[in-house]
Amino acid sequence: MDTIALVGNPNSGKTTLFNAITGSNQHVGNWPGVTVEKKEGKVKYNNKEYNIVDLPGTYSLGAFSEDEIVARDFILKGNPDVVINVIDATNIERNLYLTAQLIEMGTKVVLALNMMDEAKAKNIEIDLDKLSKELGVPIVATIASKKQGIQDLLKSATEYINYEKMIKPFTYTERIKNELESIMPLLSDSEYIYPKNWLAIKILEKDKEIINYIDKNGTENLKNKVNEIQSIDSDLELEIIDNRYNFVGDILSHSVKRPAEDQLSLTDKIDKIVTDKFWGIPIFGLIMFIVFQLTFTIGEGFLGGLVEGLIGTLGKYVEEVLLNISAPTLLTSFIIDGIFGGVGAVLVFVPLIVVLYFFLGILEDTGYMARAAYVMDGIMRKLGLHGKTFISMIIGFGCNVPGIMATRTLENKKDRMIAILINPFMSCGARIPIYMLFIAAFFPNNGGLVLFSLYLLGIIMALVVGKIFSKTLFKGESSDFIMELPPYRLPSITSVLRNMWDKVWDFLHRAGTVIFVVVSLLWVLSILPYGVEPSSQGSYLGKIGTVVAPIFKPAGFGSWQAAVSLFSGIAAKEAVVGVLGMVYAAGSSDPSALAVELQSIFTPLTAVSFMVMVLFYTPCAATIATVKKETNSYKWAIFISIYTFIIGWISAVLVYQVGTLLGF
Amino acid sequence: MENLYIEQSSLSSLKKGECGKICGISAGCNSRSRLCELGLNKGVLVKIVKNDIGPLILNIQGHKLAIGKGLASKIIIER
Repeated sequence: MDTIALVGNPNSGKTTLFNAITGSNQHVGNWPGVTVEKKEGKVKYNNKEYNIVDLPGTYSLGAFSEDEIVARDFILKGNPDVVINVIDATNIERNLYLTAQLIEMGTKVVLALNMMDEAKAKNIEIDLDKLSKELGVPIVATIASKKQGIQDLLKSATEYINYEKMIKPFTYTERIKNELESIMPLLSDSEYIYPKNWLAIKILEKDKEIINYIDKNGTENLKNKVNEIQSIDSDLELEIIDNRYNFVGDILSHSVKRPAEDQLSLTDKIDKIVTDKFWGIPIFGLIMFIVFQLTFTIGEGFLGGLVEGLIGTLGKYVEEVLLNISAPTLLTSFIIDGIFGGVGAVLVFVPLIVVLYFFLGILEDTGYMARAAYVMDGIMRKLGLHGKTFISMIIGFGCNVPGIMATRTLENKKDRMIAILINPFMSCGARIPIYMLFIAAFFPNNGGLVLFSLYLLGIIMALVVGKIFSKTLFKGESSDFIMELPPYRLPSITSVLRNMWDKVWDFLHRAGTVIFVVVSLLWVLSILPYGVEPSSQGSYLGKIGTVVAPIFKPAGFGSWQAAVSLFSGIAAKEAVVGVLGMVYAAGSSDPSALAVELQSIFTPLTAVSFMVMVLFYTPCAATIATVKKETNSYKWAIFISIYTFIIGWISAVLVYQVGTLLGF
Repeated sequence: MENLYIEQSSLSSLKKGECGKICGISAGCNSRSRLCELGLNKGVLVKIVKNDIGPLILNIQGHKLAIGKGLASKIIIER
């Protein structure tokens, strides 16, 4: 099957185009707006099926950040048959820089000149024929948001696969030409996975990845030459960049006309308020508060009650059926305690998570997230962190896994490591069920406030720990702040709903797999040894919990049940609720029974210290695995598991001890 | 001394609402390519949207870019 890859700048509408091409025929849901890994889909055109790959949005194909390397490697090593380069037509000058790099690589490129309607509204005139001729690439005008031009684009791209490549000799200055000629002969006596012309250019640019590659695979002569080039401090790299830029500039001056001055747009008016030096941060705080308040009201109060009622009714019905057919006690216990008590307790919170994702998706889609990073940069910088770290933190509110993966856009190793290590303090969606359970039992009237305070506490802890890391483990300068502030757009309902559905599916999938397995396993431990009263302290589960429980005594929740639930939470955070449901509300299929039961075991103070523990302690297995993958080291994976536990424990103890002293 | 009559200064010294044309970038290669791929290179016209606390906000042909003060001070512009 032929493969078509999509590349383009962030905010060029690449993902919208990907959705328009593949329709529902795709997999791997990602966090809205952020394609952290490549996404794949399929499309049928002219009775032939094509594989469509959506690469992370990048401004260039250098090797500065991880997402650029992902995109570049796929184009060079994944050998797509043709590459569609998505261009924001209103910002063609900048977008073509990436195109120049693609042409330089010798890739078969088709340009999708996207957002043509907006370009027209701004009176930007683009001569497509001239542009196509001078760049030496086919160009198709598209409006991805209205699904216009998609068929033409597919036609152009699929036809190009079978044609010879259009050749536009990329012109270099005399000096670059001479240097290239001195390298090319050295490349000819061996085989490389990269195109040789491109390899030569990258050697001159002192591209780190390529230099490493030559170190491993090059001939002695070539290595000597590379070392020679590296040792000379010339401005040749700059000349290559300028050369590329001039190549684009020349072509544009012939084919694009734009009016001199843009009017004050709606985006400018909104930005004036939300990036204001005094109001920026309070407005951001207010927006987040509203999001959590709405999440709480709609998700819990309205939808949550619905699901709870449904599960309760279903549970009673199943219980009766089991009774009527006089099923074995063991089976009844498994279904009622394990499935309804455990997994059911988790499912009750699905609506809440859905609503949170809905609002975060809207924030992301409108373009507000970039402003949030902007207004937070001042505080972040004082703490020795990079402003962009904040975006990965907000994404972490949804789930820490994409949050950690989003740190790939940070170029500097120091910035990135800190961003990874503090991400788990951002309270993810899976922790919500735990808070909600305790809120329902102890703070039913101040739910939104409690939830918001926990999130705020998470942010503060992340920032404090980040500051400490930047002073100790990772010293040095943060890289410069530079970020696009995309124009505000109305979020597309389909894209928000699609992303929401992906998350719901992911959540249900986990409830059916990881959480089910954990709960089942613990259920088995709770009925053994044979003959013991289920979920009692005499069971294996109770014995294990009893051994661990004293650790948590200073924090006020030294029961064996709490200990067991916390440890199961390392598999997946939702499992905490699942296990509490199983051990505390054994024998009941009604989800609301658990909250009532908790009231007799916890106090409002210990509920708070427990929630604080949950907020900070060891991240879930999926997050730990991601840390291992992204840092490429077990050391950091182990480090993050342990240090977060220590912080969680100290904080919970502090809450309980200070609270007790104050008489709560 | 040919440029005597053209006022040169760094981008970070411009105030809100002022415009300038980039005539040089005195940053290293990494920063230089970063700026270039985000549309900041010689000959480009920029307008300052905001320059108080925090990073500057620039308007480059209708598109907005936020850029740290340190980096902005390395961009030489003429008015």
